[in-house]
Amino acid sequence: MIFSLQIPLLLLLLVTAAGAIMVKDLMSAVLLLGTYSFFLSVVWGWLGAVDVAFVEAVVGAGLATVLFLLTLFGTAPKDTRFRRPPPSLAVLIVFPLLGLLLLYAAKDLPEFGDPNSPASVHISPIYLEQSYQETHTPNVVTSVLMDYRSLDTMVETVVIFSAGIACALLLRRHSK
Amino acid sequence: MTTFFFFILVLLTVLIGAYLYRVLQGPTIFDRVLGLNGISTKAIILLVVIGVYFERVDMFIDISTGYALLNLVGALAVAKYLEQKGLP
Repeated sequence: MIFSLQIPLLLLLLVTAAGAIMVKDLMSAVLLLGTYSFFLSVVWGWLGAVDVAFVEAVVGAGLATVLFLLTLFGTAPKDTRFRRPPPSLAVLIVFPLLGLLLLYAAKDLPEFGDPNSPASVHISPIYLEQSYQETHTPNVVTSVLMDYRSLDTMVETVVIFSAGIACALLLRRHSK
Repeated sequence: MTTFFFFILVLLTVLIGAYLYRVLQGPTIFDRVLGLNGISTKAIILLVVIGVYFERVDMFIDISTGYALLNLVGALAVAKYLEQKGLP
């Protein structure tokens, strides 16, 4: 049952990604990328990764669209249509081969939700069983992010904060 | 009951395809904006129905609310852009 809805969702993802590449107008490409993030978020939600879906919805569909629009607003001329050179022969050969290689490699991955996969027997049971006693946080993801990996999270926040400051400095309106 | 919700999910996904045609094909930018709005409303409903299907509505309501709010912000940004830049 899980996979029969996933196939149409992934088809929608492919169609939007191809459309964002093929379209002849930067503005439409931005809108199509927003659609792509919507579908990706629904796929994450369907796989049960609710927090990833939330981040994808907030950052991918919301913030990224607005930031792209701000960039277009600051840089592009009035007419945002553009001519794209046709892809070279090397690109047409190498990228399908890369896709085939990735599909071939994906065959060795464990099944979705397999309880005996390496990811769910190696260290996850320890977190699931002991994180409440060790950190007194009811949510396991929060305890991993904010307790076991707190230094990592802090420096990540510093990186995101400085990137945000840089964006705000670049995108501010010049006062006349 | 899960079969019923599953068919609702498939039906909504098919309906999204109709909006997607307008977004991909739309002759003007307004068709694309309206199609994107329609897709996002369908995506909100889709997420809530996924929540009902997995019996975890409380988590999925949060995502769909965030979606709805950000969709409003995105639509406002597009409208502001088109107002300042003029029609393409």
